[in-house]
Parts: sequence; structure tokens; C-alpha cells
Amino acid sequence: MNKQKVNYGEAILEGFNFLLENNPEVFVIGQGLWSPWYVGNTMTNLEKKYGKNRIIDTPVSESAVTGAAVGASLCGMRPIVVHPRIDFMLYAMDAVVNEAAKWSYMFGGQSHPSLTIRGIINRGGEQGAQHSQALHSWFSHIPGLRVVMPYSVLDARDLFIASVLNDDPVIFIDDRWLYDETDLIEKPKKLVLSEQGPKIISSGNDITIVGAGFATKIAQECNLKLRKNNISAEIIDMRILSPIDPSLIIDSVEKTQNLVVIDGGWKSCGFASEIITSVLEKIDPKKLNNKPLRFCLENTPAPTSNKLEEDYYLNSYSIVKKIKSLFN
Amino acid sequence: MRDFHRQFDLEKLKNSEFFNSPVDVNRCDANCLLSDLKDMTYIRKVENKLALEKKKGNIKGPVHLGVGQEAIPVGIAKNISNKDYVFGAHRSHSHILSLATDLRKFFSEILGRSEGLSKGMGGSMHLIDKKCGFYGSVPIVAGTIPIALGAALAAKIQENKSIAVSYFGDGASEEGVFHESLNLSNILNCPILFVCENNLFSSHMFISERQPLSSIARFALANDINFKIIDGNNICEVNNAANELINWIRKSSKPAFIEAVTYRWYGHVDWREDIDVGVNRSEKDLKNWKKRDPIQRLINGLKSKDLFDEERYIELSNNLDSEISIAWDTAVQDPYPNAKESNNFVFK
Ligand SMILES: Cc1ncc(C[n+]2csc(CCOP(=O)(O)OP(=O)(O)O)c2C)c(N)n1
Ligand SMILES: [Mg+2]
Repeated sequence: MNKQKVNYGEAILEGFNFLLENNPEVFVIGQGLWSPWYVGNTMTNLEKKYGKNRIIDTPVSESAVTGAAVGASLCGMRPIVVHPRIDFMLYAMDAVVNEAAKWSYMFGGQSHPSLTIRGIINRGGEQGAQHSQALHSWFSHIPGLRVVMPYSVLDARDLFIASVLNDDPVIFIDDRWLYDETDLIEKPKKLVLSEQGPKIISSGNDITIVGAGFATKIAQECNLKLRKNNISAEIIDMRILSPIDPSLIIDSVEKTQNLVVIDGGWKSCGFASEIITSVLEKIDPKKLNNKPLRFCLENTPAPTSNKLEEDYYLNSYSIVKKIKSLFN
Repeated sequence: MRDFHRQFDLEKLKNSEFFNSPVDVNRCDANCLLSDLKDMTYIRKVENKLALEKKKGNIKGPVHLGVGQEAIPVGIAKNISNKDYVFGAHRSHSHILSLATDLRKFFSEILGRSEGLSKGMGGSMHLIDKKCGFYGSVPIVAGTIPIALGAALAAKIQENKSIAVSYFGDGASEEGVFHESLNLSNILNCPILFVCENNLFSSHMFISERQPLSSIARFALANDINFKIIDGNNICEVNNAANELINWIRKSSKPAFIEAVTYRWYGHVDWREDIDVGVNRSEKDLKNWKKRDPIQRLINGLKSKDLFDEERYIELSNNLDSEISIAWDTAVQDPYPNAKESNNFVFK
């Protein structure tokens, strides 16, 4: 098979192209779609290729745009809503939480909002508290939403395609800090979203480290550093945060007897707690060599000043230091 | 509604070929206009300084500059006091500067330093200076519109004679909360002035790509709110509209609405002109709009009545330049916030 070297952003673009070429019912709606700034390299020239009827740049109306996409999805279309910053999406919470998430259930499974809502995490660069949030845990709290958070370049494309082809409302969260990651990947593959779950992306015996999205990249950096210290970590990339399937993690922790979760969101009620609890419900804590650890954002909004941002966001250096101390 | 548009000549107001003649200075007090000239020049110089420092890489965060739009806050500011409640958005440097905030603290904030207006926790897009009457600006589009409304409601309940001023752009009128706020403001009799700086753009999109009609004041009409549509680059018009409507708000405890048509000389964010990216933003448009410069048009108007003293203006400009560079040079020495201490800001 010929493989092609692409970065994460280009992989998402390939996903869009695949979907738009093969599925006439797919259309894209959101802010900044005709702009060179908003969505990095993930949507370049789509409006030229597929026309402005299918690639719709909108007024600043997140609430109506998202609600309209829910409606269109009930009537034969498969919309992709783009929120160039997940923070902007908060105006759309009724459409997401009250409507899309519950629609199928409250009408006895007769009608399904088959839309994908892409919320981009875009932080750093002194943009401050309203332009920096990572809200994956929030959405994962809501039954009826599938929450997808790709780390790998391949997943950025193939999980995106799977999300759009799935018939449920999907929150697809990509992170601009991953856009320059590159990989050699084959042609797009159609995956069935409901069959996807966490994946071991590096095997090891001493400690299980779980991440999602950008946090998995940090986990991989930790992995390299730990290996230099003869600590063999098993890295698990969550990929899908909801519905959650912890079985792979439980198996891994039974082997390594150590669990660490890295989460780019806040600590309280976050997915790190969810993972740790799901494991401890199945494994006798006495069997673990150490108490589980979680590395998350402290419970404060994001600061602005670059000097504070450096401390605020997670980095592999401090995580590795802490993990090494477990093995001394 | 189309009649309404014809009546207010909006198509003409937003056409860059018109409204470039000198300001008719007979309509305002001459001393007041000289002070306006100073204030507008000051704001422009501060924002151009930011453009330069951003270009040099000395400012890390984004800056949304309002060069070209200075007449609006200058005309509003002199009709309110620090007992009033002013709220802004992402493009609010001019709003807070027009209220005579401390320049060094303003710069310090934009540099994310602890001496800044928001203690370095906000940067350019999150400004506050309560002692000047500026109660906060944030970058979520339309975010502060209902909050300003709440300030007006508080003023009404407390009967303290204050009013609220809500600055926002044409783009903000596309958010539902804007419409909810207009309706509420009237039904609850809130003393608030809505100020829409209609610069015809919401980031890369021209207004005709986003709205069927380009007047934002049509929503005031729909909510039976007293409004005026003005050339936002004519300081006399702004002065007179602000004076009349603010007096009316104070008397009636009712909302009012100003739509000031204007244009930003820089692109949506930072120092580039963006003539190559936005639809409907050509080099020619920009050149025409620069002929509608609120400062130059005022100078031209003053000159025509022999009220302009070139030498004094040059002296004033030089003084402002040095005031600005002293403030900047001080601000860049300011320390960064302390991470531990800043955690105390989360709760009171
Ligand atoms: C809720 C929300 N959606 C989108 C954005 C992105 N955004 C920032 S400024 C802006 C344009 C707003 O235009 P306007 O209100 O006219 O203000 P102007 O920039 O012209 O001063 C947009 C869309 C945002 N900050 N918040
Ligand atoms: Mg605008």
C-alpha cells in the first residue's frame, strides 16, 4: 500500500474531502469556513471545491447554527457543525444538551440527530480564560452524546469520518496543538464508530498511562523519557471518551499494577476521575503498587500571561519526575 | 423595513465614497472639539503604538485595534461619568482609553503584567477600570450585552441615577442574546445606551454576507427603542447624538440605541491591513475610508473656520508621543503575575 505523509490538520482535511465526495447528504456549517485564519489547514479551499451551498460560513450565531444542524440532521442530511473554538460553542448548549443528546431517547428511538459537532481546542498564546477551554469531560457527562477526541494523525481523519457517518450526535474535539504532528497513513478507512474504543499505542509492563487528544501526546513524551530510565510504560490512547469502555485499561492495570491518567482538562469531575474510578471498581486497590495518579489542569480558569501559561498547562517534565519517584 | 433603510441612507453611509467632507464644526462647541481632537489623537497614537509593538513581537497576545473608530467613544465618554457602568468587547481599547484610564496600567495589562488593569490576568481582551466607570470587556461576542443590561437594572432598582453603556459590534447583533437583551431592556425600563460600532465587518465577513439589511438599528426599531443612526466618523454627530440620547435615558429610565457607522483600518486582529483576505475589503475601500478619517475631517473642519493651530497640534502630538513612550517603557519593566497569588482570584 502506498502511504502518504500528512500532518494532523491535513488528515482532517482529507476526512472532509472523503465525506463530501462520497456523501451528498453531508454539508458543513459554522464560523470561519471561508477564512484563512479560523480552522488552520483543516478546511483549505473546501468552499471552492464543493461550493458555498455545502460549505456554509455563518453569522456569529452559534445557537441557531447548531440547532439548525440538528434539524437538518432529522430530515435526511448529515451536517458537520464547526465551532472554531470550543468556547464559542457554549452559546449552543441547548441545541447540544437538551435537544440533540436526548432526541432519540425522548421520542422512543424514532428520530436520530445524525450530526457531528466539531469543537476545536485552541489555547495558549495569551488569549486568556474565554479562549482556552478543553471541555471534553463536560460533554462526556451527557448521556446521548458520543465524544471523540483523536490523538493520532490517522484517527484525526478516520475517526472523523466514522463520527460523521455515525447516526448519533457526536462531539468531535480536535486540538490545535496537535496540528503539526505528522505520520505516514494509508487511504481513508471506514470505521464503525460504535466499535471503536481505547487503544494501546505503546506496550509496557511497569505502568499504565492513559491520555486523550493532546494529553496522549504528553503521555508519549513521558514514555520516551521513562524508557531512558528503564521504566516501561504502557500508553493507552482513549480516542472515545463517551460512551466509555474501560476494559482495555483494566487489563493493562492488572498487568502493570500502576495507573496514571493525563487529562488536558480540569481536575474536578473530569475524565481522569472517571478512568480511575472505572478501574478501581474492578481491581482491588491493594493489588496496585501505588495509588493511581492523575495529572490535570488545576481548578482555575486559564491565565493570560505567558509566564503563567507555562506553569498552567501540563508538561511531560513534571509528570516524569513524579512517576520516577514512584519507582525509587 | 426597506423604507426605513432609505430614510436613513444606510447604503450611502456604508459607501466608502461618501462622508469624507470636513466636519461641520458650527454644530458643536469649539473648545469641546479641540479637546475631542486631543482625545482622538491620543487614542490613535496609543493603538498605533500597540500595532508597532505587536509587529515587533513585543506583545504576545492578540490585539484588536480600533484605529479609524476613535470618534465614537470620545463622543460618548464626555456625556457619562465614572458613576455610570460601561462594558465593552474584544475591540475595547478606545472605550477604556476614552474614560481616561491609567495608560501605564493599560499597557501593563496588554503585556500580561501584574501592574495591569486586570492584574495581568486578562490582557488586551479583558480590561477593567471601575474607578473610571469601565466594568469589563471580554472577547466572547455579545457576552457583555446582557451584563450591561443587568448593570442598568441594578441602577434602576437602586435609583442611583447611573446608566449603563454597552459597546458592541455589528457581528454581535447576530447572537440571540442581543435580541433578548433589547427586548428586556425596554420591557424592564432599564437606563442603558446600546452603542453599536458598525464597522461593516465581523472578522473576515462583510455585513452583506451575514445580514439581509445592513442597519443594526432596525432591531431597536423592532423593540420600540429610541435610536439614532449616525456617521461614526463625524465627532459632531456622535457628540450630539450621545448628548441627546443620554439625557433622554437619564430622564426617562428607558433604553436607547446608537448605531455609528465606521470602519477599522487594521484587519480583524493585530497590525496587518488584511486587504487581501476579507471579501469586500479592497485596497481602494481602505484608501477611501482613510479619507473618512474622523481626526483629519475634524482638523479640516476646524481649519475652515480658522480654529486650527498647526503648531500647537504638532506640539500636542509630540507631548502625547512622549507620554506614550514613557508609559510603555515603564510597563515593560513591570513584573509578571505570581501563579500562586493569582489562584486567589478564582473566588472572592
Ligand atoms: C461567541 C463567539 N463567537 C465567535 C467569536 C469569534 N469572533 C471574535 S471577534 C468576531 C467578530 C465580531 O464582529 P463585531 O461584533 O462586528 O466586532 P468587530 O470585530 O467588528 O469590532 C468573531 C466572530 C467569538 N469571539 N465569540
Ligand atoms: Mg464589526
